[in-house]
Amino acid sequence: MTASSVLRPPVISTRFLPVWRRNLLVWRKLAIASILGNIADPLLYMLALGYGIGSFIGNVGGMPYVAFIGTGMVCQSAMFTASFEGMYSAFSRMHVQRTWEAIINAPIALDDVMLAEWIWCATKAVMSTAAILIVIFALGFGHTWHALWILPLGFIVGLCFGAFGLVMNALAPGYDFFTYFFTLVLTPMLLFSGVYFPVEQMPAWLAHIANALPLKHAIDMARPLMLGRAPTGIALHVGVLAAYAMVAYYVALVLTRRRLLK
Amino acid sequence: MIAGAAGTAPSPGMQQRGGQPRGAPVLRVDGLRKRYGSAEVVRGLDFSIERGECFALLGPNGAGKTTTLRCCLGLIDPDAGSIELCGKPVPEAAREARVRVGVVPQMDSLDPDFTVTENLVIYGGYFRLPRAVIDERIPRLLDFAGLGTKARSQIRTLSGGMKRRLMLARALINDPELLILDEPTTGLDPQARHLIWDGLRQLLSQGKTILLTTHFMDEAERLATRLAVIDHGMLIACDTPRALLAAHVEPEVVEVYGDDAGAWAQAHGRALAQRMEIAGETAFCYAHDAAPLLADLATRGGLRYLHRPANLEDLFIKLTGRELRD
Repeated sequence: MTASSVLRPPVISTRFLPVWRRNLLVWRKLAIASILGNIADPLLYMLALGYGIGSFIGNVGGMPYVAFIGTGMVCQSAMFTASFEGMYSAFSRMHVQRTWEAIINAPIALDDVMLAEWIWCATKAVMSTAAILIVIFALGFGHTWHALWILPLGFIVGLCFGAFGLVMNALAPGYDFFTYFFTLVLTPMLLFSGVYFPVEQMPAWLAHIANALPLKHAIDMARPLMLGRAPTGIALHVGVLAAYAMVAYYVALVLTRRRLLK
Repeated sequence: MIAGAAGTAPSPGMQQRGGQPRGAPVLRVDGLRKRYGSAEVVRGLDFSIERGECFALLGPNGAGKTTTLRCCLGLIDPDAGSIELCGKPVPEAAREARVRVGVVPQMDSLDPDFTVTENLVIYGGYFRLPRAVIDERIPRLLDFAGLGTKARSQIRTLSGGMKRRLMLARALINDPELLILDEPTTGLDPQARHLIWDGLRQLLSQGKTILLTTHFMDEAERLATRLAVIDHGMLIACDTPRALLAAHVEPEVVEVYGDDAGAWAQAHGRALAQRMEIAGETAFCYAHDAAPLLADLATRGGLRYLHRPANLEDLFIKLTGRELRD
């Protein structure tokens, strides 16, 4: 395969739908375990940190600390879910089960498979976003229509981190490879995007770095939405997330073509 | 029919069968070349497959078989040459061409999360087949694959042979014109292989066209109406099995075994056989008439021997050599 054909622009077509549907049908078989997994971890963090640390510090950013950390958890969970799907699950389908190979022998192109996987990552991010929102609502927070905008926000976060995950997938020799992504990307993202505390309190240079992190922009939108307000600077926040998502998807696509179409 | 060094064999597709005109080939490959880095894996392949044929691509490991198949399916772009699959140019219209093709890859790729039936339903979905058509085909396909009682089974409960048969059934979900199988029976036990062969023969009798790669000569011998031997990315020979044997190999073979086989071969066998090969403790004597060899062997105690007609394995070894390929 020539360099130009590996670098050609992504093909966007509805042919991705049967592949996306396949993933949905597999998910349906394991749905309960999957939803419990989505909720359990963030719920424990929310309760323990939210009420534990929350009792020392009271309100943060204009809301009780439980709600503050809960909003962070929504975004964090979208990030984790999509990254996981783009790495471990996609790797199983691509490498271990050879599902992608089977599909591209049918009249479906690798670009269609990649688009399906990408959108599926975002779909799963929305599912976990919804699950945690329900928990937050049940705890008595975020009772505002604005909070529902967090669902499409979860989709964009899912596109962004799903694409990151797919980049890793394209490069991975095995599952162990994904540990790098946790250490080098997800953990810093978690600590410096304002999930647990407002980033504004950090030294200026660190806050600047935080501003380059996609999760920070998601959280900057989610917090006001949870309080029933429209966020400021939506164009910038969405723009940053979308830019990360599209560039990463293109890189993932090129690397995957190079890996499989040779 | 022997190809020249540059792969300029007369098109094998022009062979007459009963003098009937036979329409456009299902697959036509002209001057196919593919290079990986400094190694040219496919070096000018020409062949074409007519409707109703079972065409076998034979070659040692690394001969370029799988690369050729992947080029034909449009999964990789060739460096040179042209391919027409089911009337469509490949790779340009490869996706459209694959609508009419069924593929059984070398490695099983069934969906472990789905049942047997669900695997077929989902795969049919990739062809955008209406659900009613899929549902109507599934019982017949399961029947064909001998999986009628396994419709609701999980994939992990199937044996290797059953998985392979389900792979075959899955490749037929779109009722393809051409079925492409990459080493369909590698790793199967003899019983399972025979079941696959029976299935493929049944498909041929229904008029389906098959392209398969194999390095099992008995597989090619049983199934192929025509075969191409490729090695180092080039077509070495392409014709019906019978014609290839007639053209390249002496009709009779005497295999002589034992510690003394080598010594006997040097002292006596070489003079009595047209051609002689020694591999380990076996001497292979190729002859137009084996009678003198057999007469001589009858006088020697201690040598075991087997007299048999030449087969495709002899042809394959003659054309591609005895050295190991890894």
